[in-house]
Amino acid sequence: MAALTPTATAAPRDDTPSDGGGTVRARRPRRRIWRGVVLALAGVYFVVPLLASFVFTVHTPGQGVSFDAYTGILSADGFTQSLFLSLGLAAATIALVLLLTVPALIAVRLGAPRLRSVVEVVCMLPLVVPPIALVSGITTVLRWGPDHLSTTPLYQTFIAVQDESFPLVLVFAYTVLALPFVYRSLDAGLSAINVTTLVEAARNCGARVPYTVLRVILPNLRSALASASFLTLALVLGEYTIAALLGFRPFAVWIVSISGSEAQTSVAVSLLSLLITWLLLLVLSRVGSRSGAGAGAAAAGSAPAGGSAPGTSSSPTAPSASSAAKE
Amino acid sequence: MPTQTLPAPGAADGTRRRRRAPRAWLGTLPLLVFAGLCFGLPVGALLYGAVTHKEPGRATSLTGENITTTLQGPYLNSLAGSVELSALTALVGTVLGMLIAQAVVTSRGGALRESVLTASGVLANFGGIPLAFAFVATLGISGVVTQLVHLDSLGWNLYSFTGLSVIYLYFLVPLMVLISVPALDGLRPQWREAAQNAGATDGQFWRHVGLPVLAPTLLGGFVLLFGSAFAAYATAAALVGGSVPLVTLKIADALSGNVQVGQENVALALSLDMIVIAGLVMAVYLPLQRRSTRWLH
Repeated sequence: MAALTPTATAAPRDDTPSDGGGTVRARRPRRRIWRGVVLALAGVYFVVPLLASFVFTVHTPGQGVSFDAYTGILSADGFTQSLFLSLGLAAATIALVLLLTVPALIAVRLGAPRLRSVVEVVCMLPLVVPPIALVSGITTVLRWGPDHLSTTPLYQTFIAVQDESFPLVLVFAYTVLALPFVYRSLDAGLSAINVTTLVEAARNCGARVPYTVLRVILPNLRSALASASFLTLALVLGEYTIAALLGFRPFAVWIVSISGSEAQTSVAVSLLSLLITWLLLLVLSRVGSRSGAGAGAAAAGSAPAGGSAPGTSSSPTAPSASSAAKE
Repeated sequence: MPTQTLPAPGAADGTRRRRRAPRAWLGTLPLLVFAGLCFGLPVGALLYGAVTHKEPGRATSLTGENITTTLQGPYLNSLAGSVELSALTALVGTVLGMLIAQAVVTSRGGALRESVLTASGVLANFGGIPLAFAFVATLGISGVVTQLVHLDSLGWNLYSFTGLSVIYLYFLVPLMVLISVPALDGLRPQWREAAQNAGATDGQFWRHVGLPVLAPTLLGGFVLLFGSAFAAYATAAALVGGSVPLVTLKIADALSGNVQVGQENVALALSLDMIVIAGLVMAVYLPLQRRSTRWLH
């Protein structure tokens, strides 16, 4: 088999001088038409809503074109407040999720291999619990505060985590939602480097374990850490379900709250948030392609299918945190 | 290993393993404690609430009543609605995503491939609230396309089962493209040549070689799309309110006390139903994923 196509790439299928050449050539135009039709239809479906949304934001029937919806965003009531709340929550979530997972994943590779499957299951389980189910559990737990614990010191903790200005409970919930994606990304990153060998080498040079982790392992994990952080950031910025049902008002909830009175602004902000996601993923793919194979594995590994075929390593096969979690 | 810095290579193995093992698991402790408190506790409370019944003044008692309630009347409708919507969109999304991926993989331009993959990466993340509003602006009542083509006179309604399906496909199809491109890349051109040399037609090749090899990816993709659509809440909440029966909307209603006081435990039972369905979905997905990665390497 290999003799026919020495270079095992997927592309040059049509050029293969096989003895079925006549039929292949006859079929080629039809195949090209088919391909063109599929791509054109897909293009229309995916581009039209974006274009139409843009038109919607700048054009009011009967009043002509104006960019007020965009210039007015910054001064819109609650915009900066909710955006900064979301960014703060994202920063805290990224810090927490990395502080929890990085030591755990390094530890299972260095000295506790039997815990490896436990850690994997713990990190993957949140995939089975939809955000809305998680939030129904959280509300139940939070209700214990006033119901049963009002006389105990724990009650103050319950109040503190629900602080309106910086709800820690959201940080905890988002960390749970981010665990599967962060785990996949870091696990792929760690698989690409040989942790045990690196640690042995560093120890033979006299380095202690904490120093080794900080100066040897983490720099090697840079792209996996970056990809995990970007995923978490995208997830937190878009999260609506948990925040809305717990009654807090970060970015996504704010967009909904203004949609009634300022429809154009809400659509404009939606488009901008798509643009931000796009920029984030571009940065992510840059980080990924700069440091080569390991990063590619990290990016592809955190994609849902995890099919880390060589072809995907250079492209931002965006690990979709959204569809499972952002909703 | 603070004191012993330079172990002799020979002795290292024995001592290291004995000395490191008791301390290494400490690294996993924060994660496990956190998961227990912030994930285990809410899920435990959910399970407990779903199977208990509390009346004021009386002790909490075990009951299957909440779960039975969720399997009747409007609640059952909402579960069925969610499953139907997710299955339909996942099926359509799988087929369309696969077709687009095949078109991309067989085309020669590297630029086309790169841009489709990048776009898919972005659009698969374009869920939730922003997506809903983009579609309201496009196909809503006063949407640009609706006004332009007078879709409303054709009976188009975005705030319906069909409308919601069209929106969900917007992030499901790109997700499927991302899943299928690596798998289609894994289909060796040599297999096709071998089939052609043996006299197989295109159809025969797909039926006997292509589809069987791709089947785990296709099924795995379907299951993942199903799960995504099933868990989705934000888009539907921002859009349809209550006009399409979906289990996520029902849970939200019951949680915020919109229906009746004392419905919280029914919300918990509904959540439990969702977890069971999502769990079944994952139980199908994980083995399939393992199989497809084994085949396509």
